[in-house]
Amino acid sequence: MKKLFAHAIIAVMLFAVGMLAVLPVLILFSGSITGEAELYGWIAPILGGQEGFVRLRLFPDYPTLRNFVELLLDSPEFFQMFWNTQRISVETLAGGLLFGVPCAWGLAQYRFPGRKAILWCYILLMIMPFQVTMLSEYLVLKKFGLLDTLAAVILPGIFQTLPVFVMYRFFSSVPNALLEAARIDGAGELGIFLKVGVPVGSSGIFSAMMLQFLECQSMVERPLIFLKNKQLWPLALYLPEISPERAGFAMCASFVAMLPVLLLFFSGQEYLEAGIVASAIKE
Amino acid sequence: MKRKYTGFYFVLPGFAGVLLFYLVPFLDVMRRSVCAALGDGFVGLANYRTVLTNEAFQLAAKNTGRFLLTCIPCLLALSLLMALGIRELCRLTWLKNLYLIPFVIPSAATVLLWQLLLDRKGALNGILEGITEPVDWMNSSAAFGVLVCCYIWKNLGYHVVLWLAGLHAVPKEILEAASMDGAGRRELLFHILLPYLRPVTFMIVVIAIVNSFKVFREAWMLAGSYPQENIYLLQHLFNNWFLELSMDKLAAGAMLLALAAAGIMGLLWKFWDKEERS
Repeated sequence: MKKLFAHAIIAVMLFAVGMLAVLPVLILFSGSITGEAELYGWIAPILGGQEGFVRLRLFPDYPTLRNFVELLLDSPEFFQMFWNTQRISVETLAGGLLFGVPCAWGLAQYRFPGRKAILWCYILLMIMPFQVTMLSEYLVLKKFGLLDTLAAVILPGIFQTLPVFVMYRFFSSVPNALLEAARIDGAGELGIFLKVGVPVGSSGIFSAMMLQFLECQSMVERPLIFLKNKQLWPLALYLPEISPERAGFAMCASFVAMLPVLLLFFSGQEYLEAGIVASAIKE
Repeated sequence: MKRKYTGFYFVLPGFAGVLLFYLVPFLDVMRRSVCAALGDGFVGLANYRTVLTNEAFQLAAKNTGRFLLTCIPCLLALSLLMALGIRELCRLTWLKNLYLIPFVIPSAATVLLWQLLLDRKGALNGILEGITEPVDWMNSSAAFGVLVCCYIWKNLGYHVVLWLAGLHAVPKEILEAASMDGAGRRELLFHILLPYLRPVTFMIVVIAIVNSFKVFREAWMLAGSYPQENIYLLQHLFNNWFLELSMDKLAAGAMLLALAAAGIMGLLWKFWDKEERS
């Protein structure tokens, strides 16, 4: 009986925290299908010096898709920045695949002079906050004339070390016997990488790319100092600029901004989880 | 001979990028940290002295330190408790997926909600009506607590997943054997589970520190470049130095921060190593 009671308390706590985690998504969704007029009712105290407090609700009285229509049809700036974000993500991921995957494979499966040193560089860089490397990145980008181009955000992202480290962890668990077998069959080293390494480590690659995608979707620091031209801004810099007077639009824009990550998250939770675990724990 | 360097060829393209974008320019930053802002005059440690005696730097360093010391123990304790809870109620394991949602969604998408929640006339004061006087959350000393909550809200799921993975690695036979010998829940927890978690704790703390620097996103989006003085962090300071083009301070500051980060790593590493040995 005592145990049952304890379990009930634990369950209530776990559910409460779960609610806190999903509530923002639900409120943003409900806000984006609420008409402007009703929404003003919710947030009137902030806007008009009226008494009382903001009320956020999970269910609108009069649901409508007006906000979505406005977002889709009359807001070129939103779309510009939405696509900037997507372009940054896709190009960073493509670059990461091209450079990061072989790099992780080389570090995990071969022994060569200097390997340890390179690995340590990667780990150290992984833990350095952006503020440490900010000036370094700026100096290089300036030298190559890349400031104020999307490349200023994409190129340093491609060589970010965390995804390489995550893939390294996965590749390390590919058994050496598999490689030896392929070698005896006469496969070249590149062939082994492409035909054995990549397929066997594909879940690790996917996990690393997922972490990288999340990072790209929400990055603020780099674009904030490397992109002065508003046309190039990602969504993350644009959203805080929408004034509360356009609450319905802002709710809707925020909701659409989370759609790519939510879709990816719900289609591949187990990969995200595996990536998170690999970032910290040696299996 | 050919075999010896094969791995290096795989690593080379990626590592060249790392060299080009991070390591080589860092040497330049090192050089700049001992040079005058304009020209190439060598000034020794003068820049470091300027930075260390700078009031804004002292404030930001103090706040950042206070933030780390507050939010990391809270996050670790809370996430460990939740992980133990989930382990106890296996049927609720699916909940951990929900906990990851705050980590997954872009910070920018939730800013609007934070604003509506934390304004002087915001929803939070509405909920607390009758319990406390309305608080202007972002423009009073409460801002610090808000930022800590924000960090915990965002990173809780990540750490629950990590702790669960750590718990999962505890061999079942040992737990069963201990239960057979009549060990109670408390003994299992303190004598088996927690000692087994000790080695993974090192990386979990490191990850918590790494992610703590990203709280700048919320702080900046909610309060701009000059927030309430309790949440003026090193990240704000570096950003502002950048906008003022104070490259000399920025270079010395980056070096100091890199040293501090490496120092913390080394310290933790040593500490955990010792624990392992004893």
